[in-house]
Amino acid sequence: MSETVIKCESVYKIFGENAKKMLEESNGNVDAKTFQEKGCIVGVNNASFEVAKGEMLVVMGLSGSGKSTLLRCISRLTDATGGKIFIEGQDLLDLNNKELIELRRNKMGMVFQSFALLPHKTVVENIAFPLQIKGTSTEESIGRAMEMVKLVGLDGRENYFPRELSGGQQQRVGIARSLAVEPDIWFLDEPFSALDPLIRKEMQDEFLRLQEKLQKTIMFITHDFDEALKLADRIAIMKDGIIEQLDTPANIVLNPATEYVRKFTEEVPREKVLIIEDVMDASSKDNLGDLKVSKNEIIENVAEKILTQEKLVGVVDSNNNIVGSIKPSKIIDTVFGGRKNGS
Amino acid sequence: MEYLKKYPKLFQWLFLLIVFFALCFAIDVPETYKFIRGQAEFVKDPNQSVYFFLGKEVRYYAFDVFWRLPPLLGWLPIWINDSLFFLMNEWMPMEFWNEDTQEFKTRPLLLQISRNLTAFMTFLIELIREILLGGLETIVAFTSWDFIDAYPWLELPGLPWTIVAAGAAILSYKLSGKGLALFAGLTMIYISIFGQWKPSMQTLSFILVAAPLSFIFGLGLGIAAYKSKRVEKALYPILLVMQTMPQYAVLVPALVLFGVGDHAAVIITMVVAVPPMILLTILGLRAIPPEVIEAGRMSGCTNWQLMLKVLIPTARRDILIGVNQVIMVCFSMAVISAFIGAKGLGFNLLLALNQLNIGLALEAGLCISLIAILLDKMSLAWANKQTDYFGNLTFLQRNKNVIFFAASFVIGIILAYVGTFIFKGNFNYLFEIPHNKGISTADFWNKGVDWIFDTFFVYIKAFNTWLIQDVLQPMRALYLRMPAVATLVLAVGAGYLIGGIRSALVVAALTLFIALSPWWDRALVTLYMATFGVVISCLIGFTVGTLCFQNKKSAAFMLGVCDIFQTFPSFVYLIPVMMLFGITDTSVLIAVIVYATIPATRYTIEGLRSVPVGLHEAATMSGVNKFQRLTKIEFPLAFPHMMLGLNQTIVFALFMVIIGAFIGTEDLGQYILKALSDKNGAGIGLTLGICVAFIGLIFDNLIRTWVGKRKKHLGID
Repeated sequence: MSETVIKCESVYKIFGENAKKMLEESNGNVDAKTFQEKGCIVGVNNASFEVAKGEMLVVMGLSGSGKSTLLRCISRLTDATGGKIFIEGQDLLDLNNKELIELRRNKMGMVFQSFALLPHKTVVENIAFPLQIKGTSTEESIGRAMEMVKLVGLDGRENYFPRELSGGQQQRVGIARSLAVEPDIWFLDEPFSALDPLIRKEMQDEFLRLQEKLQKTIMFITHDFDEALKLADRIAIMKDGIIEQLDTPANIVLNPATEYVRKFTEEVPREKVLIIEDVMDASSKDNLGDLKVSKNEIIENVAEKILTQEKLVGVVDSNNNIVGSIKPSKIIDTVFGGRKNGS
Repeated sequence: MEYLKKYPKLFQWLFLLIVFFALCFAIDVPETYKFIRGQAEFVKDPNQSVYFFLGKEVRYYAFDVFWRLPPLLGWLPIWINDSLFFLMNEWMPMEFWNEDTQEFKTRPLLLQISRNLTAFMTFLIELIREILLGGLETIVAFTSWDFIDAYPWLELPGLPWTIVAAGAAILSYKLSGKGLALFAGLTMIYISIFGQWKPSMQTLSFILVAAPLSFIFGLGLGIAAYKSKRVEKALYPILLVMQTMPQYAVLVPALVLFGVGDHAAVIITMVVAVPPMILLTILGLRAIPPEVIEAGRMSGCTNWQLMLKVLIPTARRDILIGVNQVIMVCFSMAVISAFIGAKGLGFNLLLALNQLNIGLALEAGLCISLIAILLDKMSLAWANKQTDYFGNLTFLQRNKNVIFFAASFVIGIILAYVGTFIFKGNFNYLFEIPHNKGISTADFWNKGVDWIFDTFFVYIKAFNTWLIQDVLQPMRALYLRMPAVATLVLAVGAGYLIGGIRSALVVAALTLFIALSPWWDRALVTLYMATFGVVISCLIGFTVGTLCFQNKKSAAFMLGVCDIFQTFPSFVYLIPVMMLFGITDTSVLIAVIVYATIPATRYTIEGLRSVPVGLHEAATMSGVNKFQRLTKIEFPLAFPHMMLGLNQTIVFALFMVIIGAFIGTEDLGQYILKALSDKNGAGIGLTLGICVAFIGLIFDNLIRTWVGKRKKHLGID
């Protein structure tokens, strides 16, 4: 694996007056209920994980699960109550105000659910804002902002005010603004939640296209499990401030760690999420039929072909070496079978 | 019993009213009681009772405490006076270097601070005034009189009116466009050819100092309160009282602290104008969505950048309303502070009103109003201005406004110079048209007033007599007949029914303060005038607002009219009513009604507008007709907002009633006016002001509590 960009070590965020003291007394054993009785609300409870360079970690959870709070701890919009957060090896909580501002100006970009555009600035001014804050000259920042306008496909609307744009367009501005300083780390807080389903899909595709090109390190917050599956390299599922499971989409669908995670995975059309490698039998490589499929193929795309076979189907890697096999009945199992009793 | 269970509140209110009226009838007027006794409280009379408090002797006529409470707070004005005197003249004497005599002198700290502040304000005003009108005070401030004697030609020449007019028009054009530029130009020309140039520029210089300073202080304190809960808690009670404090009342203490003149007027204007600015700044900053602040932080803003580039611009809607308020208050004070020797249009206006020269008053009033509207629109345009990054402009195009101004500057000077040849030995009309040498329509208006009086005298008089004899006098008598205890019971009961113990206690404290002051009768008269004004204003405002709301265009038009009327300084309202009704209570009441109708109308329209569209459609689909929709859906939902309008209406009405004292009424305002010319008036003026403020606050507390509950109940916020 490549280098770690974001690293969290048992991060806690507890709201309330004596939060810090209570956390120390609890020795890391935080129980939301007892805390609530004493007037404290647990936002994030013992979160530890790493995000590698170029990786997209999607944090999924319903409202009140602490996912946004976690993101705000990592961007230090709020100070974590306990634990350590490292950004590229730097202890985030150790930074003084000046260093923090420096970090945000050069390394971080963030997109918000409600767009959070400045109402008094035009599209291009909004996008140029982080640059101007840094002290870039007007000419240069406006020029750079115009590039961003083109990147997100808003050409011709650069002099509009946010109130004159549709939701999708406003979020494009938000995305452009967060990318204007060319950050390495990109935070997205439910960026598409406020949009219509059609626009949302369009924006997701656009987002994937951008990420393909830019290869940023991303933390993406969402309450939409399908969105998480579609975008994520890895997914962290949160409930009541605790990360219930952190894994690749396929593993989460195949091996939900808790009952809570299983509920989400039940309705997921697995053939659209899983690839052949996830369900193949790696041990038996004999008695193969003529058909060979790539291990990276999504099941849905090859299901029909496999189902017409009677013999085992060979699974090959990118060099055409056989790495395993798959029984046609396994496909049926995956699609229809294993739902109630796991895989 | 069934009704009792169904409408428990209704019966509680009924019970309260019954108790109130029972008390009113049970408590008789003492035989020796004289309503609205003169200043008898301070005249020695063997019938008086005496008590001492804090070493102050208070004399008063004792009556049954159920009828009128003894003035247990009678020592307060005297004590305030003595304290002020002590602070100014004896507290913390220190050595200060005196420039003129070149030696150290011992002076009390506060006096020194007040003198320095005064000098600073005077300098600022003089500087602007001399740029506009010419003079040498500013140069003297930097050098000395000897220097001026040596170089007698050294004098700021003042700008010819043509340049100021062109400058105003060009600035307006740059800020907004042709419309405003035209308005600015015409306003300046009007001012000039009507011979109001000098007083107008005096007023303008006063406002150009007072308004920006108020804005900066208000914004700064508002930000401080936004950042720190402690500051907010400390400021809040002062802000509340200042919101309802009549502007007259603060004049008197200012007189003691800062003396007479423009500088005192500026300081006092700031005292009045800063509180609304603070409140609106806090309101605006609080309303910013947290994500916008986070976006600013994530863009790497320092605290300063966050405040200047994110928070303040995002809150600009409310801050702009604050600016509008500041300008409004400044112009209002520009007139009122003529009482403490501020020069300018206000002084002319008061003088003209005093001489009953309605025509002159009208012209001065129009000038003030026009300048007020102009400044208001300009500040608005300035805040909404947008930069164009893409227009590929040449140097000439980019700087055309500067060039135009430079050109008009030169042309103006040449014109003024040429003028010296044309109008030899006479007034140079191209430089400045002196007062009384311009065109005046005063005669026309005065004749018009006379004509109206001659023609309609019978009707006006009949109306006047009817109003005073059949409506006002009985109403006044009824109010004065209210025994202190009964009133207290009514107020506290209302407080309890609306907001529980907390409200009851607040209202009780406020009412007690007034009841224990020596001016209970006067407060009742104030209340009666305000009530009359408020009732009529609400009826008019409510009707007009509802009618205008039926059509989008008329609603927008009406709000625009309200905007403009609100920009008029309050004193201006007295001019037309004095034209018609002369010096009577009727005049004051009509001014009150006109003035207080503005918020009543505005809040009615805004309230009705705030009803969600979805509900309209739902109602229409349930098959209601327009009238049903209005009564069943729109009024109930808009009612809380309309009640806030009532709150404003009461404050406006109280203001106007107090200002009406200038015409001559018998309420608290009359005493405030008297206090202005009293050596020991500071304490009395301030206490009276607090009394008026408390009347406003009683209603403010009750209405706000009610609205809060109602909104919660309806689920709108």
